[in-house]
This record gives sequence, C-alpha cells and structure tokens, in this order.
Amino acid sequence: MAEVTKPRVGILVFPGSNDDRDAAWALTALGADPVMVWHAEPQLPEVGAVVLPGGFSYGDYLRCGAIARFAPAMRAVAEFAAAGGPVLGICNGFQILCEAGLLPGALRANESLSFVCEDVEVRVERDDIPLLARCSVGDRLVVPVKHGEGCFFAPPELLAELEAEGQIVLRYLEGTNPNGSAADVAGVCNRTGNVMGLMPHPEHAVDPLLGSGDGALLLAGLVDAAREGSLATAS
Amino acid sequence: MRATVLVRPKAGIRDPQGQAVESSLRHLGFPVSEARVGRLIDVDVDAPTSADARAQIERMCESLLANPLIESYEIELDG
Repeated sequence: MAEVTKPRVGILVFPGSNDDRDAAWALTALGADPVMVWHAEPQLPEVGAVVLPGGFSYGDYLRCGAIARFAPAMRAVAEFAAAGGPVLGICNGFQILCEAGLLPGALRANESLSFVCEDVEVRVERDDIPLLARCSVGDRLVVPVKHGEGCFFAPPELLAELEAEGQIVLRYLEGTNPNGSAADVAGVCNRTGNVMGLMPHPEHAVDPLLGSGDGALLLAGLVDAAREGSLATAS
Repeated sequence: MRATVLVRPKAGIRDPQGQAVESSLRHLGFPVSEARVGRLIDVDVDAPTSADARAQIERMCESLLANPLIESYEIELDG
C-alpha cells in the first residue's frame, strides 16, 4: 500500500503567541503534520494551509495584531492567501488578519471591558467554503472563547456588505454574545472564502475530555483543505 | 522634528473605556456628560521641513499608528 502523506499545515509563531502548540496538538490529532513557522521567516515552507494562532503577539502593543501584521512571514501568508491557499486565524490570529486587511472589520475591546473566558455556542452560517465543509448551516458548536478584545466592528455599510456577501460565517447564539460584537459575529471570511478568522478557539475543543469536541469539525475542514491543496500541487 | 499624534475612537463609535471613565468621574461628583479615551504618541522624525514631517507622520498614521476603520488621528507639530 502506498504511504499516505499527512497534509502539512503551517502554524505561525510570533513573540507572544501562546496557542501555537495547542493548535499543533489538535492538528496532529486530526491527522495533519503541523510545521511551526517563526515570524521572521520570509517564506513559508511547503504547506497546504496556514494557521495564525491565538496569543498576544508583540505584547498586543498599540492594537492587537497591529505589529504582527508587519512580520516577514505575514508577507508570505498574504501571497499564499492571494493564491487561494486556506488560512485560518484564531483569536489573535483573527485580529492580525483584520489588521493586515486580509479580513474585513476590526476587533475592539469587549463591551464589558472584562476579559471573557467561557464556553460559547456559535451557529454555522456557511458550509460551502472549504474551512467549514465539515459543518452544516445551522449547526451549533460549543467552543471556548478567551479574549479581552473580541468585539467585532464594521461600519454599517461594510456590515451590510458582509451580510449580503455571506462573509459572516459564525455567529454567537442570540443573547449569548460574549463581547458586544456587531451582528453577533464570531467569525468572518474573505470574499473568496479561503481566509477565515474566528474569536473562539477550536483547538481547545477537539476532545470531549476538554469539554467539547466541536472544534474538531472546524479544524478538520482546514486539514481537508490542506490535503486537497497538497494533492493539487503534487499533480 | 517633534510631533504629537492624538489617536481617538472615531465619532459615533462606542467607546466602553470612555464610558467607564465617564461613570467613574460622575461617581466622584464631577458633572461629566461624556468622556472618550484615546492614545497619545510622541514622535521624533528627521524631516527637512514641517510639511515633509507632516506628510511622513500622516503615512505613519495610515499604516500603523491608527486603524482608519475605527480611529481618527490628529497631528500636532512642535515648533
């Protein structure tokens, strides 16, 4: 039998990232081969997908994600995304993608001004993009959040555009919004659907032992996309 | 040349920090109707003229110091 190669997923590591190893653990559990990529690397290794993990890159100085966006590795991520490569930003990774202009909107201090750390329920709004292909519209997933700056903001005209284009891909269930996000936004994608960001942490919810296994559905979509990307490159 | 950059949450954008400050000031008995919290950045920049300094700092604001989606900025040049 031919040896099955595991899909390689790059995980960016910034000074201050702290969920990079959790992401690597979760992706390994889901059959991927995670590759850590230091922020100073000007190029990405050969990978089929990229994860920007949670944490406090560059100490969250100035604004969350504002400095990380200028890391050499981010230029490579922007090129990878422009070529259609799947990119997932989790929490601080989501903030970085917004600051970098790879995703629309901005993430501001929680309305309560308090750090939130709890399980939330999010509703899947799209299942026709690769990163959500393992989910179905209407699925309710239990995934933890832990952030101080997760309040999604977009001016009204941009928010209307995101609604119209179907770029709001995950929402907190009505009445459970933990941070005051506009339109209960928990996650968005770009126009082409290959870049997605979310505040909840799927990598902390890949085993029922951790309270929920629902995050595996989100990450498995990324692993599938990485596998297909690698196959496309190989053929 | 030295400049001060004031970065503020854009008008109309809810500012929970400002609201917290406002309510604390009211608790202290001050008749405050609104408080907004922004950020102040002092920059020393090499520039031959103040027009050039201003142009450079505007570029700094647009690319890093402020997020134009949610923040406005004001540049004050010293001297």
